[in-house]
Amino acid sequence: MGNWGRFLEVNSSRILELTIDHAILVSLAIAVALLIGIPLGIYLTTNQYLADTVLQMASITLTIPSIALFGVMIPIFSLINQGIGFVPAFVALVLYSQLPIIRNTYTGIKNVNPEMRDAAIGMGMKTHQRLLRVEIPNALPVIMAGVRTAVVMNIGIAVIAAYIGAGGLGVLITQGISRGDNYLIISGSIAVAILAIIADSILLLIQKRFTKKAIAD
Amino acid sequence: MISFNHVTKKYSEEMTAISDVDFTVEEGKIVVLLGPSGCGKTTLLRMVNRLESISEGEIVINGENSKDLDPIELRRKIGYVIQSNGLFPNMTIEENVMLVPDLLGWSKKDKRERFSYLMKLIGLDAKDYGKRYPHELSGGQQQRIGVVRALAADPPVMLMDEPFGALDPIIRDKIQEEFLQIQREVKKTILFVSHDIDEAIKMADKILLLRDGKIMQFDTPSEMLAHPKNEFVSQFFGKDRAIKSLSLHTVENLREVIGLGPVDETIQDTKTIHVHQDLRNTLSMLLNQEADQVIVTDEQGENIGTITIDLVQKYLHFEIKGKMSASQEG
Repeated sequence: MGNWGRFLEVNSSRILELTIDHAILVSLAIAVALLIGIPLGIYLTTNQYLADTVLQMASITLTIPSIALFGVMIPIFSLINQGIGFVPAFVALVLYSQLPIIRNTYTGIKNVNPEMRDAAIGMGMKTHQRLLRVEIPNALPVIMAGVRTAVVMNIGIAVIAAYIGAGGLGVLITQGISRGDNYLIISGSIAVAILAIIADSILLLIQKRFTKKAIAD
Repeated sequence: MISFNHVTKKYSEEMTAISDVDFTVEEGKIVVLLGPSGCGKTTLLRMVNRLESISEGEIVINGENSKDLDPIELRRKIGYVIQSNGLFPNMTIEENVMLVPDLLGWSKKDKRERFSYLMKLIGLDAKDYGKRYPHELSGGQQQRIGVVRALAADPPVMLMDEPFGALDPIIRDKIQEEFLQIQREVKKTILFVSHDIDEAIKMADKILLLRDGKIMQFDTPSEMLAHPKNEFVSQFFGKDRAIKSLSLHTVENLREVIGLGPVDETIQDTKTIHVHQDLRNTLSMLLNQEADQVIVTDEQGENIGTITIDLVQKYLHFEIKGKMSASQEG
């Protein structure tokens, strides 16, 4: 235990700094992913053919190993002199988040009770009123489940981004591996796990706050 | 008033859902669309608020052709009630009921007042129930809310698609009574889909009996029971249509035609029945009890006579069978 004490004394501020970097990278990627994924998921509910195509493409993206995707990003972003670092990592994380976000938005809205939709149309709601007042509120638990999946997944994947110089907690782990320093590896891993648990809990609280008790039951 | 002018709906050349339907729902009346599953009654109903398209013909609502109206505007002027009540679980009862007034941009004060009035109609406390969510209410209460939600913006026309179909028989009976009571006050022009013959007889000013998208008969319930136009109609109402028609007559009617029996104080275990009860219930009561008479009471609760199975039979013979046999000869 004494060793841990000394390790943390030296490294705690660095661990905190890397945790914040990690959180910023993931948050920005999720924010952009939400801006793309939720409107796209909503739109797809009106276009069955496009929905099948887009959902399949998003599924395929998810099957690409993250280390390979980061590798592919390097030559592409080298064209604008951003081959390594934040930009390619950010883009890769946005891509990985798309499947859970688009699919859950799409499925959540599609699965809203058709009689409820019928009542909404029959009462004279316009499409946007129906979406905002009936379909999205009732699909919210499913949509939020997708967002939570994306966040937790991205916190894990962002670790690999350290290999292309994007910073974050992956730095501790990669350094630990190359130096054979178990303290670095373990502290990095625990920090990643704690970050994921905290992020998921916060999102769950947000979900509960915005979901009416009636739907959550 | 809703007029269907030679309305036809085709899905393709061979698939005709509704063929040449032509009838009118008079101002303030209830027309029940009745028929077996797949006869097109719901489709016909949904053509009125343009949830279904019309292939040929037109539907005119209070002088305006439905085709010429914006569908959103049209739907906000028509009350719509569906079987599963279609309440939105994410909204409180008040938000649910006041949805159309809200879409129409009513003021807060107007909405509040209207909500209190509507809740009074169905005997629920506006303050207590307003803030609750639909899942906190019983099935019967939810259906009542579904009905007043359709009445919220005071639309002249209402469409009701098997509104009481999912309720158990006792609650259904009660809500039907309650609804007729409300209708006497609000006098809406109503198109009502049902597959329940007893419900149709009870609720309808006129019944439109459909089969495969064609009108079989359009008549008042008593006419339809007494003079079925064809084999399908008489079969649909069944061999017991004489008994069914009893529900259209009250003890009062019988008293006017053949008079009641005298009250025999010596007979024990005699139940009482109100003079405005229908004869079908009276007959069930007679058959279910030991004594062979039931005492009839008037509004003041005074005994005004007795009724027996013999009297019901005699009345049935005079009033109903007489009409039926006349129609078969003619």
